[in-house]
Amino acid sequence: MNQLDKLEAQSVYLLREAYKEFKSLCMLWSVGKDSTVMLWLTRKAFFGHVPIPLVHIDTHYKIPEMIRYRDAIALEWKLTMIYGENKTALDTKQTFPDGAIDRISCCKALKSDALKHTLSGTWPRYKLNHDTQKYDLDTNTAPYTGVIVGARADEEGSRSKERYFSPRDKQNDWDVGDQPPEFWNQYKTDFPPGTHIRIHPLLDWTELNIWEYIERENIPITDLYFDQGEGKRYRSLGCYPCTTPVESTATTVTEVVNELRTGKFANIAERSGRAQDKEDGGGLETLRREGYM
Amino acid sequence: MTPNNKTDQMNIVIVGHVDHGKSTLIGRLLADTGSLPEGKLDQIKAMCEINSKPFEYAFLLDALKDERAQGITIDTARSFFKTEKRHYIIIDAPGHIEFLKNMITGAARAEAALLLIDANEGVKENSRRHGYMLSMLGIKQVIVLVNKMDLVNYDPEVYSKIVDEYTQFLAQIHVTPKTFIPIAAREGENIASKSTKMPWYAGESVLSLIDDFEKEKEKDNQPFRMPVQDIYKFTEQNDDRRIVAGTIETGSITVGTPIIFHPSGKKSTIKSIEVFNAAAKQKAGVGGAVGFTLTEELYIKPGELMCTQNELQPKVGSKFRANIFWLGKAPMIKDKKYKIKLGAARGNAYLADVVTVLDASSLVSDTQKIKIDRNDVAECIIETIRPIAFDLNHDIETLGRFVIIDDYEIAGGGIVTEKISDENTVEKGAERRNFTWTKSKISPEKRARNMGQRPCLLLIIGKQETEKYDLGVALEEALFNQGKTVYFLGISNMLLSMNRDARRRNTEDRDEHIRQIGEIAHIMADAGTIMISAISEIEDTEASTLKSLVNPYMVKIIANGNTDLYDQKADLIIDTQASVQDRVKTIIDFLNSEETFNPKEI
Ligand SMILES: Nc1nc2c(ncn2[C@@H]2O[C@H](COP(=O)(O)OP(=O)(O)O)[C@@H](O)[C@H]2O)c(=O)[nH]1
Ligand SMILES: [Mg+2]
Repeated sequence: MNQLDKLEAQSVYLLREAYKEFKSLCMLWSVGKDSTVMLWLTRKAFFGHVPIPLVHIDTHYKIPEMIRYRDAIALEWKLTMIYGENKTALDTKQTFPDGAIDRISCCKALKSDALKHTLSGTWPRYKLNHDTQKYDLDTNTAPYTGVIVGARADEEGSRSKERYFSPRDKQNDWDVGDQPPEFWNQYKTDFPPGTHIRIHPLLDWTELNIWEYIERENIPITDLYFDQGEGKRYRSLGCYPCTTPVESTATTVTEVVNELRTGKFANIAERSGRAQDKEDGGGLETLRREGYM
Repeated sequence: MTPNNKTDQMNIVIVGHVDHGKSTLIGRLLADTGSLPEGKLDQIKAMCEINSKPFEYAFLLDALKDERAQGITIDTARSFFKTEKRHYIIIDAPGHIEFLKNMITGAARAEAALLLIDANEGVKENSRRHGYMLSMLGIKQVIVLVNKMDLVNYDPEVYSKIVDEYTQFLAQIHVTPKTFIPIAAREGENIASKSTKMPWYAGESVLSLIDDFEKEKEKDNQPFRMPVQDIYKFTEQNDDRRIVAGTIETGSITVGTPIIFHPSGKKSTIKSIEVFNAAAKQKAGVGGAVGFTLTEELYIKPGELMCTQNELQPKVGSKFRANIFWLGKAPMIKDKKYKIKLGAARGNAYLADVVTVLDASSLVSDTQKIKIDRNDVAECIIETIRPIAFDLNHDIETLGRFVIIDDYEIAGGGIVTEKISDENTVEKGAERRNFTWTKSKISPEKRARNMGQRPCLLLIIGKQETEKYDLGVALEEALFNQGKTVYFLGISNMLLSMNRDARRRNTEDRDEHIRQIGEIAHIMADAGTIMISAISEIEDTEASTLKSLVNPYMVKIIANGNTDLYDQKADLIIDTQASVQDRVKTIIDFLNSEETFNPKEI
């Protein structure tokens, strides 16, 4: 087995473990490259099926191609596709682009809060109807107790401390100082009522591994990761007001892989195009503690 | 592997007593291999200046705010760097004893370890404890780094004293380090290149010696073992495959190989190796997260161990000797029910006996202790409630180790050193119960003759829930009208159908319910009654449990239609197309043929 085979096998193991142990399980799908690879791995794990609902948090500031791509894939792969949003913040324009609040507060409202309430079922969830190809209000409002997330340890300092199975309490709090031990492929799958678990099947993957795997498996990925003729491409996808592309002329997966192998971005953080990370000295960590992915 | 295409990667853990320089070493390795994000070093240095704190490499790694405040590594941060040879993931394992579980989490992911000892402080408690833990976790490649040589003026005497002392300690726990290296992490001596400050040291630098660590050899030529992680059948998606899924721990397997599951002992043959979106495979090997279909569809539950029939078989039993390390806040004590996870198997277990408790740092043993405290290492006897399949750790490492769950938390880990014959099985329990039972003056024979019937348990199994219930009730009525002493126990339906979702069935609960039905049937039969009960499905092991509980009375299994899930021959299979009356008649005919009524001889 080569490195990609090993990573794949480990992720499949983790996904199956999650599926076996959690009744109310969902997978967060940002439609970015990492969670799309994770979705692909799910199809591997379950032999073409995706027996886990996919949850997308729609900030309505996502680049429109992303939503089109999401729905096309959801229909083709027969996904149980759910989305949630922070309707109040959007309706009252409590967002950074509208000038009412700063980036971090915007992220908290449109992502963290929307996520928290979508997972707990306290805010409406919308579910893709495969017949009408439209979203209907989801009648299932049960909280998700297991949430599969595509975080990678190499993305950012705070993520390097994650567990594969990471408990969060009722408030979504992450107690970094007191995390469960993990060894011999045994994880924390027993938990008292009220807590829930985040599962991270991609923890050991690097950005390069992700692209090498997309190339090897021929995974459909949104075009935003490629140069559209302006000498720029996105390396990490977020909301358009807060995401800037990197200089690159890579137009195919292979070109992206080669670009990463040259070490062109070795000294530039992957999320450096994501403005919210830079505020508050430890923006992402603050957000993560509050439930950001 | 083409070097330019795939990246070779290795996980290395850095362990050692607190403040002996782990974080500094990692920071230095990152800096010296140019692996830091642009500006990160300057940013941290600037921050130190603002706060007028001396710069520490550790700050680089301590990316989290509260860690920076406390100044100690709480968790196992991962950092990445690469040499010409390969990519490394460096895991920083905390040295504080409170964080032993984090150290273990970090170390368990590693293929090799660097163990640091401060030259000035010498060998400390955790230098030894961590060495011991590495050996328990199965990490065989270890390099010992004697750090802060600058503080002892790069004195070879100090160095060789530590080398001698620590080599002796490691010898006691059967660990042979690859080598020792004198370094000064903060000064960068012997890290990326050979130091000029220690001409007396003939060896290489850290960076060049870690490239000599070997990739773990794949365990292809060991007997085949695959813990059954789950069984999939996605019928709603029009997929009829029943797939046995898991990750291959050792060995390899091809289509057509006869296999056996433990502890159930069920046998079948590999029909296909299932893969998504790729060509069908004929062979599957170590490490693969795979799925199989079988020629005979068996009722197998997650947690079984899949093996080939013609290779070394695992042990099956409910008692074994183990070496355990305990991380739990509460000590491990006798008579408390714990959960055990071994491979894919989950079950309940007890601490049957504590043989010795070992202080992992001094290696002093205590044979008087009866509990295992946090951070203790102990030799003990573990007993599981239901039999479990396992290997001895020195035969097949990954199936000879387990974790113990206490109060929702992984509280301990252990390696199995020896199987112990066990007497606590259901069968033995039933024998003991029959033995100690106060005997009535009326013998079973007398009672049977007097009542004109041989008592037994009639168990109706079958897929259609309501149908077999109706059948049971109708049979009861028919027998009652014939003057028989008969009782339909409706409760088994209730007990056993509570967790109908086979995927998430709680095995322990089900075991307990089977046991209850068996005990009730035994009492009823002892009172001379024929008891009828209906459940949807039963496994071979469950059937045999029932039989031993009801013994000396009989259990007759009546299959209402073919039950593909029950592969041991039922005593009677009845046609579901027939009317309920006809089926009742078939059963009564069968009972007559078995001389259940008016027995001449008993
Ligand atoms: N003099 C000297 N001090 C060092 C050396 N390596 C580390 N230190 C210091 O030892 C202290 C503890 O180091 P740290 O890396 O945080 O230890 P850890 O607890 O094992 O991670 C820090 O103040 C370091 O600067 C060294 O080679 N020489
Ligand atoms: Mg440290």
